Amino acid sequence: MTGRDIISISDLSIEEIFEIFGAAERLSKAVTGRGIDLLKGRVLASLFFEPSTRTRLSFESAMAKLGGTSISISDPASSSLSKGETLADTIKIIDSYSDVIVIRHPKDGAAKLASRFAEHPVINAGDGAGQHPTQTLLDLFTMWKEKKEISGLNVGIVGDLRYGRTVHSLAIALVRMGANLFLISPEELAMPSHLLRAISVESSPKISNSLERIIPNLDVVYATRIQKERFPDEAEYLKVADSYKINAKLLSKGKEDVIVMHPLPRVNEIDSEVDSTKYAKYFDQAKNGVPVRMAILSKILGEEY
Amino acid sequence: MEELKIEKIKEGTVIDHIPKGNAINVIKILGICSDSSASIGINVPSSRMGSKDIIKIEGRSLSATEIAKLSMVAPKATINQIRNYKVEIKSNVDLPERVIGIVRCINTRCITRAMEPIKSEFYIVASEPMTIRCIYCEIEMNGNMIHDNII
Repeated sequence: MTGRDIISISDLSIEEIFEIFGAAERLSKAVTGRGIDLLKGRVLASLFFEPSTRTRLSFESAMAKLGGTSISISDPASSSLSKGETLADTIKIIDSYSDVIVIRHPKDGAAKLASRFAEHPVINAGDGAGQHPTQTLLDLFTMWKEKKEISGLNVGIVGDLRYGRTVHSLAIALVRMGANLFLISPEELAMPSHLLRAISVESSPKISNSLERIIPNLDVVYATRIQKERFPDEAEYLKVADSYKINAKLLSKGKEDVIVMHPLPRVNEIDSEVDSTKYAKYFDQAKNGVPVRMAILSKILGEEY
Repeated sequence: MEELKIEKIKEGTVIDHIPKGNAINVIKILGICSDSSASIGINVPSSRMGSKDIIKIEGRSLSATEIAKLSMVAPKATINQIRNYKVEIKSNVDLPERVIGIVRCINTRCITRAMEPIKSEFYIVASEPMTIRCIYCEIEMNGNMIHDNII
C-alpha cells in the first residue's frame, strides 16, 4: 500500500482492509506510553477546512505516537484559500512541506482533486457529503475486534441514512464484507435510492422504520445523529428523534451480546444510562481511531509494522 | 428498406443510428442551428434499431470533441462523411473510457464546479441507458441530466 491515496473505502480490497486491522491491533499493543520511532522525521499535513475534533486529533495523535510530526492550518478562514488561491495550488505547496496529507473539505470530491495535485499520499478525512474512509475503517475494525468477524454479522444502521456522511461508505463496505444489513430510519431520512441499488447488488438489506421491531435480530446497532435542521419544525424533529432513542429498556429486548456504536458526537440518540452498560462500545470505537490511523499512516508511508 | 424522405447532401456529414427522439438533442449539443443547414429524419424505420433518427448536415464535418459529445447522446451512431454525394468515410462513435471536459457535473457542490484548474471527468457506468459517474464526487448522471449539461 506504499504511496497509495485513501480517498474512498472502495479503493481498498477486502484483503487490504484486514491487513489494516492486523496492523492496527499490533500497533495498539506496541504503542503504549512513549510511542515508537516508526515514522520519525516524517511530516503529516493536517488540512481541515471544516471543523473536526476526533478525526483531526486522532490523526495527529497517531502520527505523534509513531514518532512523526504534524503541521496544520490553524484557521482556514485566514488561509491563502480565503485570499482566492485554488485548492490545487494550496495542495501543491503543502505537498512540498510534507510526506502525507490528510484533508477535510466542504466540497464533494475535494480529496480526489488533492490526490491529483499531490505527489505524496492523500487521505480523505471527509469531503462534503462524500466519503470518510478512515471513519469507515475504524467502524469496521471495532466490529471485527468485538465480534471476531464481520461476515454474517447482523448490523442495524439507525437514524439519518440520507445525509449521514459516514453511513453510506459503511453500508457499502459491510455488504462487501458479507454482513447482513438492516436499515432503520424514518421515511424522510431513508437511504438514497442510488445507494440502495448499489448495496442491493451484493445482498438485500432489510428496511424498517422501527428499531424496536428489528432489535432482537441485531448483533450491532450503529446509531447516527438525527439533525434538527433536516426537519420542518421542532415538534416533528422531537417526535422522530424520540422514537429512535436507544436506552437500556430497548436494549434489554435485544441479543445478550448486542453492541451499540455511534460515530459521535451524539446529541440524544443514546441515553447516557447506556454508557456504563456492556452494550456501549462508542467510546472504544472513538479510541480505535488512533490505532487504525496509525496502521494506515505506516502502511502508506511504507513502514510496515 | 423504405426510401428516406430527406434529400441527399453533396458535402458534409450524415449522423445515422441516433436513438429515436434524440435528433433534437444532437442538433442542440452540436450547435448546428447557428452555423449550418441540416435535414432531420425522426422516427425513420431501421433494420438495426426498429426506428431511429438521422441528421444530414451540409458542408460540415465533426471534430473529435463533437464526436465525444455525440457519444453521450447517441453511443451507437454511425458517422458518414459525404463528398460529392457519396459516403467517403464511415465510422462508428466510440465510447471513450473516460468522459473528460464535455459534461458539467450536475452536483453543484462538486469540486469540479469550483474555480479549480481541472476538467470534469466521468467514468462510463453503462451505455444503455447512458450512465456516467463523476470521478470526483461519484454522483451518477443519465439521460437528460447528461444532455442538459453538455458543455
